[in-house]
Amino acid sequence: MPSFRAITIARRAFCLAAYLLAGSLACAQSQTLTVTAYPAVDEIIKSAIPTWNKLHPDVQIRLISREMENHHTAMTTALSTRSNLPDVMALEFSRLGRFASAGGLEDLAQPPYLIAQYQSRYVPFAYKQGTTKGGAVVAAPTDIGPGTMLYRVDLLQKAGVTEAELTQSWESFVATGLKIKARTGAYLVSNAGDVKDILIRSGVKPGDGLYFDAQGNVLVDSPRFVRAFELARTIRQNKLDGKIPAWSNDWTQGFKNGGIATQMSGAWLAGHMAAWIAPTTKGLWRVTQLPEKTWAAWGGTFYVIPKNAQNKAQAWEFIKLMTLNRDLQLNAFKVKDAFPALLDAHTDAFYDEPLEFLGGQKARQWWREAAMNIQPIGVNKLDNIADEVVNTELDKVLSHGKDIGAALADAKALLDKRAHRYDSRRLQ
Amino acid sequence: MQRLPRLSPELAPYVFLSPFVILFAVFGIFPLVFSFYLAFQTWEPTGGLAAMQFVGLDNFVFTLQDEWFWKSMRNTLWLALATGLAQHLVAIPLAYFIHTSYKRTRNAVVGIYFLPYITSSVAIAMMFSTLFSTDYGLINQALHGIGQIPGLGWLAPAQPIDWRNTAETIKPAVATVVFWRYLGFNVVLYLAALQTIPADIYEAATMDGAGRWQQFWHITLPSLKPMMYFGVTLSVIGGLQLFEEPFMLIDHRGGTDQAGMTTAMYMYRTAFDFNDFGTASALSWLLFLFVALLTWLTNLAFKEGRA
Repeated sequence: MPSFRAITIARRAFCLAAYLLAGSLACAQSQTLTVTAYPAVDEIIKSAIPTWNKLHPDVQIRLISREMENHHTAMTTALSTRSNLPDVMALEFSRLGRFASAGGLEDLAQPPYLIAQYQSRYVPFAYKQGTTKGGAVVAAPTDIGPGTMLYRVDLLQKAGVTEAELTQSWESFVATGLKIKARTGAYLVSNAGDVKDILIRSGVKPGDGLYFDAQGNVLVDSPRFVRAFELARTIRQNKLDGKIPAWSNDWTQGFKNGGIATQMSGAWLAGHMAAWIAPTTKGLWRVTQLPEKTWAAWGGTFYVIPKNAQNKAQAWEFIKLMTLNRDLQLNAFKVKDAFPALLDAHTDAFYDEPLEFLGGQKARQWWREAAMNIQPIGVNKLDNIADEVVNTELDKVLSHGKDIGAALADAKALLDKRAHRYDSRRLQ
Repeated sequence: MQRLPRLSPELAPYVFLSPFVILFAVFGIFPLVFSFYLAFQTWEPTGGLAAMQFVGLDNFVFTLQDEWFWKSMRNTLWLALATGLAQHLVAIPLAYFIHTSYKRTRNAVVGIYFLPYITSSVAIAMMFSTLFSTDYGLINQALHGIGQIPGLGWLAPAQPIDWRNTAETIKPAVATVVFWRYLGFNVVLYLAALQTIPADIYEAATMDGAGRWQQFWHITLPSLKPMMYFGVTLSVIGGLQLFEEPFMLIDHRGGTDQAGMTTAMYMYRTAFDFNDFGTASALSWLLFLFVALLTWLTNLAFKEGRA
């Protein structure tokens, strides 16, 4: 049995240890920059930490990474309760609008940030994408997903068609698909819905969003939706799509065995294809611009600072390092296929290197061209619902033969109801 | 040397109760009260708690007029009815069969039926995704195989069925998984009830010349009624709250034309995809009222039978 004295000593030692621990935690807290991100972006941040430590040896970076969905849910919770807020959060392109509209993020256009002085260094559409309707710049772009089309050159040759036929117009795209299907048996696209998704991005008026204009009026019965639905229906009726959802087994299998002739996507898909989706098809794929010179972006990452963050000055230093440092931007591109949002990085010789997987094509130049042509699209916080409404109506058209006019009118009615509901609330 | 203060006997019960009470208050009562409060608010969560605005009954009115809410209710009812009925209609005879036919291996047999219930839903979803696959799935291959048997050709579809991407087959596919998963649970319930029926009633019936079928119909079924009430109530509640299986097996939006979107899934999406926590809360309370109503009706139905 230990003596009382021993217990007293042990207790004192414990108190001292606890005191020291608490003290060191407090010290660490004042010099820690918390950054939250999701896969791939977390790796990019990790590889930038040595550079950061050289510049700011007194500030440690604490990186918290979560799976994509969880990350955005966690960030919503953090902003809503204003607890456990990081100093910097990464946000994905498609979710940015939702976070930007609520007013929980710092306006980087204001002092001390003054991001506008760097505007000319960012890819134009990416910078504008981080700007709200009120003119606040709430997000700095770090990577973008310029959209192009990957196609199987061997299938085109077998079908006796050319790349020009494929991309001349959307109608010629479908006509070429008919030939490919007849002569090789391959589907033109994995899913007719993909074509709809691009076509509704074609011909968006400046200032408009995909589904709503700047005043919040619903646009889903406009001609671009009619055309998108008609083309998707033509593709489905002619059995030119495999009804295959992206990222499913059938999808990757289709790329491996030549069952799918084209796939429209962001620049990063070529990297995934080469690395794990279909490495055996090396040399069979090529990149080209989307039909009819349509320009669109798939994904991308932005950094934001929450209004209630603890360490805003360091947060801004971090964002500047990640988005404006040419070497780091290039490294992210080389290692993780994160296409730079920084224009300085676009002049590197890396862009002129041939890509083995794409048969020696200098595909990065195509992506660079696409990046410069993409236009910013206005965001609305009902975009997610609108997307779901439109997809559901497209399902009805494709699988139940619903009339396109009626489908789009129904979509509009559903969205009108929701949009007006928010209007009346604002009046209260 | 200081001594720890003694816990007074008056306080002791409360101290010992506190772990549960505190946890229940934080994770049980608070969310309940908060969601009730939220049901009368509009809230853009990324704007912070200050962004909340009182809107009265607006969320309830909107939900009751919302086409998608009713669509999700139809989907949910379809699935609850199809899986609930099938589960009980199969579980009762199956339990009776296991009860009368297995003696020493009974626990092992019950264990096998119970296994799906305790298997991770992710593993189940992955397994059934493979089974339901269009070109390589065992289910389509089995159908094709049946079609090869002379005279049974009409049973096999001309094309392989795309179970998980066709609006018409999504619900049957989900129902199959739910049925498979919860059948064992109901079998265990009914087996427990069967064991409480005194053996002398059967003996007496045998002496009176009742056959096995008559014994099942006139002794077993009436004695199982209290357990049926319990089992059906659980199925009603579970069926109306169905979420995991369609969410994992199909996708988060319920598949083509939202054919597999249950009310619980729509509620989840309204909150986390569409960022409308107020409407989602109103929706959850409406669903609760509906569950309560059906549970009450179940109670009524069994009460009359018992009288």
